[in-house]
Amino acid sequence: MLEIKNIDVHYGVIHVLKGISFTVNDGEIVTLIGANGAGKTTTLRTISGLKKPTSGTILLDGEDITQVSPRERVKRGISHAPEGRRIFPDMTVLENLELGAYLRKDKEEIAKDLKKVYERFPILYDRKKQLAGTLSGGEQQMLAIGRALMSRPRILFLDEPSMGLAPFLVQEIFNIIKDINTTGTTILLVEQNASMALQIAHRAYVLETGSIVLSGTGAELMQSDEIKKAYLGG
Amino acid sequence: MEQLLQQVINGISLGSIYALIALGYTMVYGIIKLINFAHCDVYMIGAYIGYFCMNNFHLGFVPSLLISMVVCTLLGIAIEKIAYKPLRNATRIAVLITAIGVSLFLEYGTMFFVKATSRSYPEMTGMMAQRFNFGNVVISMQQILILAITVVLMILLQLIVKKTRIGKAMRAVSMDRDAAELMGINVDTTITFTFALGSALAGAAGVLVGVYYNSINPLMGVLPGLKAFVAAVFGGIGIIPGAMIGGYFIGAVEVFVSGYGGSLYRDAVVFGILILILIVKPTGLLGKNTREKV
Repeated sequence: MLEIKNIDVHYGVIHVLKGISFTVNDGEIVTLIGANGAGKTTTLRTISGLKKPTSGTILLDGEDITQVSPRERVKRGISHAPEGRRIFPDMTVLENLELGAYLRKDKEEIAKDLKKVYERFPILYDRKKQLAGTLSGGEQQMLAIGRALMSRPRILFLDEPSMGLAPFLVQEIFNIIKDINTTGTTILLVEQNASMALQIAHRAYVLETGSIVLSGTGAELMQSDEIKKAYLGG
Repeated sequence: MEQLLQQVINGISLGSIYALIALGYTMVYGIIKLINFAHCDVYMIGAYIGYFCMNNFHLGFVPSLLISMVVCTLLGIAIEKIAYKPLRNATRIAVLITAIGVSLFLEYGTMFFVKATSRSYPEMTGMMAQRFNFGNVVISMQQILILAITVVLMILLQLIVKKTRIGKAMRAVSMDRDAAELMGINVDTTITFTFALGSALAGAAGVLVGVYYNSINPLMGVLPGLKAFVAAVFGGIGIIPGAMIGGYFIGAVEVFVSGYGGSLYRDAVVFGILILILIVKPTGLLGKNTREKV
């Protein structure tokens, strides 16, 4: 569904992504793991259009979207829950979710999706009138994921969904990600928590200072000695 | 007591005008973190458009006001597209200097066409010239109009910002531009719309000032512009209700200082307030320190 070919990205003179290529197939959970500064977030920002690559192509369903605006990419089914949640703090939970459906016109379907988000995250229903900035970290993460789902994406990008969450919440968030995937949404997941990510991912790529150094199924990489040593603490 | 009441009424009139201008400053700052120095000249041009409508084309007050708002809206859009849009990724200081350049261009460009001398708005007649006396307190029809029009415009603005799709987009972009883009919001259109809204309000303020104070000139925007900016900072720059409160506060302060014998010091007092706010609470009355949550 998504194909990245030889993407190079520079921030000024710094070469952040060095010709990376990977694919995400329909219905998969694919994870990008790697240390801080490896270029995981930049990869997602490039695919969703916030950052222009210096060279390379991005194909969505075989169509070249490299030059297309972020808005157009949302229309074509990409949704991105960015690093650090980036919810709108001075808007209510409901307004945040409504903005997730900004480009949609089908009011009835939006109402259905809103109901689904509330079913998945009951706490958001309880707090729908509350300003999003007053939510706890875990709740904000749920809101960020809920908001991303409101565009009814075909492929969902999640950037560090477990960051800063209590361990029991991390488990919950990963269960939710798995569940979103089983209901038909393809997922591209960026995580520092490699062991959790590899457990739920069908396939994984390891990013090291801007290059992909390893790839394989989640299970394979869990067994790899290099991965164990570098990312799984043992 | 009557003196006090009279000053309150005058303060509300002047404050309304400052509030209308301050809203444009604050909205633009909120969305692109730019202090748009050219904003006060849009207000000046609004006053001239109103003048030509009434004086040369003999239009009534309401049509003149509406025409002025429309022309200023277009002017605001043009300024944004021509001067600021190409600098979207430039440093903030570059855009700020451009704003000063646009401001000077508008001031002296206008002066070239209409000459530097002041002009007087046509005498108001009929209903527009009515005055109401309550003992020694006088309320003029113009003052009532200023307040009424300001209130209507502010309510409209609130409705646009809170209830409409583009209003929500404006708030989203001002809180987090990248996140807004990820929602599919067209950031450029939203910024242009913000300029359009602010400029329409400035155009209205220009006509109201012409009707109220009668005299207009190409540099009339400079001082009220600075004061409206102080008003926006006082209320918390970037915050719409803050600009409204700030406008009325600065208007009242100025009127009271002049009314009680300090008219030589009224500008000094207003700018003294700016210094005080910047020392005591730089985020302004309604501003809050940005919170961070992990």
